[in-house]
Order: sequence, then C-alpha cells, then structure tokens
Amino acid sequence: MPGPSDPSFDTLAVHAGAAPDPATGARATPLHLTTSFVFESSEHAASLFNMERAGHVYSRISNPTTAVFEERVAALEGGIGAIATASGQAALHLAIATIAGAGSHIVASAALYGGSHNLLAYTLARFGIETTFVKPRDIDGWRAAVRPNTRLLFGESLGNPGLDVLDIPRVSAIAHEAGLPLLVDATFTTPWLQQPFRLGADLLYHSATKFLSGHGTVVGGVLVDSGGFDWERSGRFPELTTPYAGFHDMVFTEESTVGAFLLRARREGLRDFGACMSPHTAWLILQGLETLPLRMERHVANARKVAHFLAAHPLVAHVGTPELESHPDHALARTLLPRGCGSVFSFDLRGSRAQGVAFIEALQLFSHLANVGDCRSLVIHPASTTHFRMDDAALAAAGIGPGTIRLSIGLEDPDDLIADLKAALKAAERAAA
Amino acid sequence: MKVSVQGRAAYAYTGGKPFAGDEPCVVFVHGALNDHSVWTLLARWHAHHGHRVLAVDLPGHGRSEGPPLASVEALADWVLALLDAVGVERAHLVGHSMGSLIALEAAARAPERASGLVLVGTAYPMKVSDALLATARDDPSRAIAMVNALSHSGLAAKPSYPGPGAWLRGGSSALMHRIQGDAQGNLFEHDFRVCDAYAGGIEAARRVTCPAHLIVGSRDVMTPAKATKELAGMLDAAVSRIVSGHALMQEAPDAVLNAMRQAIKA
Repeated sequence: MPGPSDPSFDTLAVHAGAAPDPATGARATPLHLTTSFVFESSEHAASLFNMERAGHVYSRISNPTTAVFEERVAALEGGIGAIATASGQAALHLAIATIAGAGSHIVASAALYGGSHNLLAYTLARFGIETTFVKPRDIDGWRAAVRPNTRLLFGESLGNPGLDVLDIPRVSAIAHEAGLPLLVDATFTTPWLQQPFRLGADLLYHSATKFLSGHGTVVGGVLVDSGGFDWERSGRFPELTTPYAGFHDMVFTEESTVGAFLLRARREGLRDFGACMSPHTAWLILQGLETLPLRMERHVANARKVAHFLAAHPLVAHVGTPELESHPDHALARTLLPRGCGSVFSFDLRGSRAQGVAFIEALQLFSHLANVGDCRSLVIHPASTTHFRMDDAALAAAGIGPGTIRLSIGLEDPDDLIADLKAALKAAERAAA
Repeated sequence: MKVSVQGRAAYAYTGGKPFAGDEPCVVFVHGALNDHSVWTLLARWHAHHGHRVLAVDLPGHGRSEGPPLASVEALADWVLALLDAVGVERAHLVGHSMGSLIALEAAARAPERASGLVLVGTAYPMKVSDALLATARDDPSRAIAMVNALSHSGLAAKPSYPGPGAWLRGGSSALMHRIQGDAQGNLFEHDFRVCDAYAGGIEAARRVTCPAHLIVGSRDVMTPAKATKELAGMLDAAVSRIVSGHALMQEAPDAVLNAMRQAIKA
C-alpha cells in the first residue's frame, strides 16, 4: 500500500538535521564557533561525560553546527549517523583505526587516490596494519586476498583516476561471506549519483572538500555508518564487542545495537586522534549540500558533453570515463550509476610529454591544481602530482599512463569549456613541430 | 547481562554497571521490533543515580532467545519471571509503546511487585489498522518505512540519540531491520498483532495500585496523546506532555528523563 515515507533526497539536502534555532529563531543553521559548552550543573556535566545524556561538551568531540552537517550527510546516504573529520584522509584513518590495529590486515582496491594508497601501503604498515591491493574488477582476487586477520575491504566507488566502477554488490557479498565490512570512498559519486549502502556497503566516507562542499573553499571529510553490519555476529571485532577500558568498560555493541562503530569512532577516535572538523568548515559545506542535487546534475551533464567532444578529437588517444562504451565498466556503470559517472575523468593525449605540458599551460578556464569537485573546472597531470610516489608498475596497475590528464568538470557553460579545450589542443598540436 | 527466564536465555542491559546491590530496580520494556538500545541513555542515567537497571530484550528480540511470546499477557508474565530470576521483589516498570502495555499488564498481574509504572508513548486500545497489518504481513520493509516515517515528528531533534551526529530516522530504521532480520518469522507483524489484540487495558488499570505516570508526545501520530485519556483517568496517572513524535526517547531524551525523574521520585 502507498503510505507515509521519509522525505525525498532533494528535501533532505535542504532540511535534514536542521531546524529553526530554538534560542533565536534563526532559520539558517547558526555557526556555533565555540570550543565548549556550559554545563547546567555538576550532575549534568557528569552525566554528559558518562553518556547518560546526549549533548555537547567540547567541539573536538561534537558541535551543534557540525552535527547538522553530520546528520544531513547520513540522511542523504541512508545511514544512521556520521562523524565529520578534518579531511577525507582523516575519515579514512578514523574508519580503519576504529576497527583495526597492529596485526590487522586490509584488502583494498589498487585503484585508489594516491593519498589513500600512501596511507595503506606505507604509513599504516609502519603501525603494523598490512594491506593487500587487488584489481577492483578481479572479483576472485578480492575473495582470495581475505585472511583470518582481515578486518576490512575497501575501495572507491569510482576509482581514481581510471574510474573503475567498484562492483559494490559483489565485493560486499564477498566481505559479508567472510564476516567483514566493506568501506567505500564515495567522494567521486556523492549520494546523488549512488548510495553505496543500498548496494551492500557498510561504511563510507567522503572527502567533503570535493562535491559535497562544491566550491573549493574548505578541506573536510565525513565518515558514515549504515548501521547494517552486525559486529557481534562477525566475531572479528573485539574493539566493539568486549569491554573497552578506555571508556568505563563500555561494550559498544550493547550500548547501541546498530551504532556501535560510530560510538567508538567518536569516543575514542575523535577524543584521541583529534582530527575533527571546524564548525566553520561544517557550516560552509552545509551551504554546498543544499544545492548538491542541482550541482551534480549540471556537473554530470557538462562532463558528458566534454567527454564526447574529447573522444572525437584526433589528438586524443583515449577518454577514460564509464560514460563511454569504450570504458570496460560502461555496462556496470549503467546498472550501478544510472544517473551518471560524475564529472571527474581522465584522457590520454597523443604525442610527446612537451605537448602535454603545452596543453595544460594553454588552458584559460581550467585551473591547473590538485583538487576535484569544484564548481570551477580543473586539470592535473596525475603521474607528476597526485600519484607521483608510485613507480611505473604501480601507476600502470592503477590505470595511469605518463600522458594521462585528469579533468574535473565544473559548472561553467559547457560550450565555453569545450572552446577552452579546443584552443589548448590546438596549442598542443603546434607544440609537436 | 544474560539470565535464564522461563527456561530460555534472556538479555538485559544494566546501564553500564553490574546488576548488584539492593538499590531500587527499574525495568525498561521496549516496543515493537525494538530492543534495549532504545533506552540506553535513560538506563545509564538511572544506573548511575541510585538504581539497578534492567533494560530487557523481549523474547525473540535482539539478544533474547525466542520464540516471541504471543500476547501482552504472556509478555507481562515473562517480565515478572525475569524479576524472579534476578531476585528482585519490586521494581519500577517503564514501557514504551507495545512495552507500555506489557508494563501495565505486569503491574496489574502483580500489583505488590510494581513500585511505580511509567508508560511512554502509550495508548489504549493500541489498535493497528488493517492496512498496516496487511503491509506488515506482505511487505515488512515497506511497513518498516511507513512506521519509521510516522514515528518521527521532524527532520531534526536535538541533541540526537544516542548523541550528536546521529540521524534518528536512519537509526530507527536500521534497528528495526536488524531485529526483523535476526528474528524467527515475521516479528514485525507478530508484534503489531500483539498490540492490536490486547483487550485487557482498562481492567488492568483498575488493578494497578502503584503510582502511574504517562509520558506522551504532543506530535505522536502512532499513539496520539488524546488516546491516553481514559487510561490516564483509570490509573489516576500524572501526565507529562512533551514535544515529540512517537520515538520519544530518541527525539526528546532530556525531556523524557526529566519526566521520569518526577515519576520515579513520586
């Protein structure tokens, strides 16, 4: 029968987590730039510290403005809650540190943002957490890489920069067979293009710096829990299912049947690692979230036009977006990303390295910088920037060539973007001489 | 903690402290397709303020062994059997929604064992529409979505539950899906039929001898405040009306705590 249901995505993007301020009547979410919050009494203070009451104590742990942002992202993702972090990298670290430690193992896609690859391959290894990288399309490889000490499977919804489409239903099924959660970096897709929890993922995070903010102004991250993973049934996560000496012997799964992960991540991870988001950052990203559906629709439409233009250009050897039939994940994308594949993609120029340099330097509207998901169009050369620590073999494994150029298509008039690219390609052609 | 009740393993959350000593006992009983975790803030507060606490998982829900029991009367007997199992003579009985009917019936069956009765988000009768019962039977996921939408009164309830950053609608939905997924059979339909079939509320209210307190949500459309009038009169109950939908402990945890402090002090 038809009946009541929660509001739709566009409504949640504007309203979820926010209500008129009871103290002032302010309709927009107020910016609470304060480190701390006055206790009503000593008893009130003690009960907040002991989790007998919900409320704010200190802005490293929670803040009213930041909480609106967290609730809104959780609502848009179909999750139970979220934790805002200082960056997307902080969100990834928080996810891992909450359920893994020395002696743990992670199975991760090889097609990752270079910073994530660094964290897993080098930094976490120093702390005793080992990672096996698998090609994201190698479904059997995911299964074969799982070990008794594996705690997590991890991939990007659209791999950076080759846009490998993570087959979330199949990879999550492998994870769940092994009693493990699947964590997805959903930065490139945003919940408007794909809600990974509906496909089987258990945890996700965003670099909120990118499309969620959308304006290239602030750095932030957010970690979201689906509430669907049964940590007790898995039996692999004593961090959540046995008494935690660091918080009055709390057993997080008893405290919250579905929210144990977020409880520990906030109570331990924000408390001890401290990579929290500034309320000012949360407030700015909230402005972006309100227009996320409108912006993503335009980002995708613009990117499609640009991709088709480039694919038809004689100086372009290859355009790497699942929007095009030439991409190996085109069919999968039509199933898992029916609204489109975002606005970040790469292409390979024919010709020399010098021609590549000439191309980038001739661009007028596209900005040469290390970011994506801005309202402005951006361009970068991954091999010399975001992925420069990787050797050629690792680059090839991640689908990156020495002449690969990554674009992030913004909200400008697509005809202007194409004109800019056309002129730059002309410059590249001239540079061949 | 785990305890054997009526020959089956039962779980009760004890508020972050061992269940020990001789302090007054408070028993929290959850509603349909929920478990103890809807009470954890209130349970922790009481456990750290002079009470022993048992926030139960009803049979067949969460960590308590099934099968689910077939009626409010049988569930009330189970609550009393739990008190026997842990050696508690008298307790404050606190229930939400379906759990409020169980608490009411238990207080009526053994008036001498109830030192207080707190009914949260209650109504009597607690009839469920034929259409919703049919949806619960045929399409439980759809029914969960409907009930979840009806149980929350807005898109922001601060400071959120169990703490800031939690999206209440998502949390409630995930909990219902978890309890339904772990249960034997269609527990959602079962619980709704238990609520719908209970016909002993007025008679039970006549037999209750302890002080009673109703905590109702002014925006509750599942168990509207006006549907408590007769019950409140029969129980001679104090009534706290707070701004909330049906998910009172999640939408207004502080207001429910304040009302409970009055009730239990009384």
